[in-house]
Amino acid sequence: MLPDMIKRQTPSKMMVYLSPVLALCLTLLAGIFLFLIMGVSPLDALHAFFIEPVSSLYGLSELGVKATPLVLIGVALSLGFRAGVWNIGAEGQLIIGGLCGGAVALYFYQKTGFYIIPLILLAGIAGGMLWAAIVAFLRTQFNANEILTSLMLSYVAGLLLNLMVHGPLKDPEGFNFPESRMLSDSAILPTLFEATRFHIGALIALLVVAVGRVLIAKTLLGYQIKVMGDAPDAGEHAGFSRSRIIWITLLMSGGVAGLAGIIEVSGPIGQLLPSISPGYGFTAIIVAYVGRLHPLGVLFAALLLALTYLGGEEAQMILNLPVAVTGVFQGLLLFFLLASDVLIHYRLQFKKRLTVETVVKS
Amino acid sequence: MNSTSTYLLELQGMRKAFPGVLATDNVDLKIKPGEVHALLGENGAGKSTLVKMIYGILKADAGSIYFNGKPVEINSPAQARELGIAMVFQHFSLFDSLSVVENISLGMDHACSMDELANQITELSNRYGLPLDPQRHVYTLSVGERQRIEIIRCLLQKPKLLVMDEPTSVLTPQEVDKLFITLKRLAEEGLAILYISHKLNEIKALCRNATVLRHGKKIDTVEVDEESTQTLAAMMMGRELKEFKHPRKSEPGEIRLSVNDPHIPAADKTGISLQILNLTVRAGEVVGISGVAGNGQDELLAALNGEKRSSRADSIIIEGRAVGRMGPNERRLSGLASVPEKRLGHGAVPDMDLVENAFLTSFTRLRLIRYGLIDREKTVEFAKKIIRNFSVKTPGSDVPASSLSGGNLQKFIIGRELMQNPEILIVSQPTWGVDAGAALTIRQELRELAAEGAAVLVISQDLDELLEISDRIGAICGGRLSRFYPTSSITTEQVGMLMAGVCLEEGMPHVA
Repeated sequence: MLPDMIKRQTPSKMMVYLSPVLALCLTLLAGIFLFLIMGVSPLDALHAFFIEPVSSLYGLSELGVKATPLVLIGVALSLGFRAGVWNIGAEGQLIIGGLCGGAVALYFYQKTGFYIIPLILLAGIAGGMLWAAIVAFLRTQFNANEILTSLMLSYVAGLLLNLMVHGPLKDPEGFNFPESRMLSDSAILPTLFEATRFHIGALIALLVVAVGRVLIAKTLLGYQIKVMGDAPDAGEHAGFSRSRIIWITLLMSGGVAGLAGIIEVSGPIGQLLPSISPGYGFTAIIVAYVGRLHPLGVLFAALLLALTYLGGEEAQMILNLPVAVTGVFQGLLLFFLLASDVLIHYRLQFKKRLTVETVVKS
Repeated sequence: MNSTSTYLLELQGMRKAFPGVLATDNVDLKIKPGEVHALLGENGAGKSTLVKMIYGILKADAGSIYFNGKPVEINSPAQARELGIAMVFQHFSLFDSLSVVENISLGMDHACSMDELANQITELSNRYGLPLDPQRHVYTLSVGERQRIEIIRCLLQKPKLLVMDEPTSVLTPQEVDKLFITLKRLAEEGLAILYISHKLNEIKALCRNATVLRHGKKIDTVEVDEESTQTLAAMMMGRELKEFKHPRKSEPGEIRLSVNDPHIPAADKTGISLQILNLTVRAGEVVGISGVAGNGQDELLAALNGEKRSSRADSIIIEGRAVGRMGPNERRLSGLASVPEKRLGHGAVPDMDLVENAFLTSFTRLRLIRYGLIDREKTVEFAKKIIRNFSVKTPGSDVPASSLSGGNLQKFIIGRELMQNPEILIVSQPTWGVDAGAALTIRQELRELAAEGAAVLVISQDLDELLEISDRIGAICGGRLSRFYPTSSITTEQVGMLMAGVCLEEGMPHVA
């Protein structure tokens, strides 16, 4: 018989951390099942997916490259999610950040100077903030649901990038391909190790983790964010402004997403393309939740989700699996995580319910 | 069992456990036809759990129910109504945009034409003195009138047993008197009434027998006429209630808070807009604002503590400073502290621990931020001091606010505000849902704060409480404040008239 769900007296601290592990195990099980259906040996597939990518130094560095934008956006989004501000359009903010930063980098084409990289990073941040500001404005002025507006603006951002690389930013010597020039060396983020793409963006991501950690745990702003997410009325009673928190969290997450965008463009990609992100902005939502909306948790979750990107590529090459496998794995993980999270507030009782039907008959 | 047949309803050994708490344990209850039976107990004593089992909302873990001498199993409210059990809840389930007759027709188990139903409503309302126009829309009705809809909805089912859960908390004293006349009339016609309350004088006025519950256990069933309110209170609380001691009364000093019409429009259609608000509170006095729920109490608190700002700075003056356009933090720094009615979610953050909740309203006045970071050490110290000084029962300062009982959380919240030595304290419903012992402590604390020279404003629906602790009393009705009168020179009936929005005739002594 089905187990009963019994509400716990207090949320289980242990399950908060166990739930992502449980979700991962279930995802693997479902993956095995999936591979069996597709006629692939599950052992080979899992090896290709999870072991192969990290079995070389280069593979590990690629893991860092892929994890960098996920860490950045994951930390920023988790601040907003803590405040109950559901910015799910980080993808769009990433694209606009990449576009703005990229445009600045192209403006300084073949110029040199130490100021160029900081400038394009700032331009990326500004672009992401601008895109998120639209969402904040619509939310605070017209009470427009930020889930809808931020998501829809992501598609607008994608089309805008397309327009620009087909038009003004197109490489004049590029045989009419919809791409920009390759950025000049002074606009490319330095790499940390020879012969890898591992760049200083990773250090920026670690810095953001540290800042996020201090902000949420130690500062008044972090406190206000938590109160506004848990009990907005109590926040107003304490004198915190709801719209101020909406603005701050959206600008922060937009700015950091924009930073992630320009780091991609001036890091591993090196030019503007019609598509500059394989959905990092959306995957970061999963990262934030798997990481329990905690900056350090986000760091580990980002590495895990980055692995699914790499694993997807390996599976494509070695086993001829479709690229959609990556998305399926990410979706399964979030799906099982949300299901497992029920166990934070409920426990399962497998034995038959104790019913004491003592009808006194006389 | 032939002896049971004289009883309409008989409960034996009713038991219901929730995670971590035994809500009712082995409770018996017997009601005869035509009897008004009180179910008496403090908040959390298990009254609601017991009646929910009778009405089929909760399933008992153990125990048996006999109705008309026959064992029955009640699995749903529909089944309860089938048997002849009707219930009036504390919170009504009515659609504002529908008319009275439409609302009632929605709740009927058997369909019947609107016209016929309207006639039945009119007939019942005439017969039992429950004036109600079937065609009126619910949003135009007062809370008392809405309650009549619920009562008539029950009576239409021709019940044998009527269960009423704290029906008077939303009524003025005059409305309570009228309700009691109706209920007595119904009882004379043979209807059994199970009346749930913790208000002893109501039970003395209305009920024949009372079953007293305490911590989920039945203490006794007594004949009300043979008990005094003191003995009933002792049974309810397990000890004699200490008499409320008025500390030395200080002469009112200078004006600390003055309010001059801070017109604040309603936030939405169902809200109340504050229209006429004139009020002064002086150092050393406790001023009480009575009123029926939903007449603008929440809006008044928000207007005073700064959650809602006025457009005119001088419409609210704290300690000589015009703060009408300032937010809660600036007003707090000027000396005003407030305790909202809703504890979890407004006064405190449910999922945060007591330390973080101590920080919520105190960080500006107590300077709990150092170098831009929260001074956790100092905050922990402050939280522990509140817990110690106000004897908050908790395993520690690191448990979430939601794990505290209502009374303990209220002590914590009031303690948090008092420990900041406010010049003005505004508190809404200070003892709502709080057990009698804690309620007494809280009232004493409020009086003592005034005696030390603070101005205290108490907004409450509990009229007895206000009469007990206030120096002056007034009422709020439809977002308008009445005049204020010295408590010693006003009767309960007169306060009831103020609550209903009636101006008392000239010649009454008043203090503006």
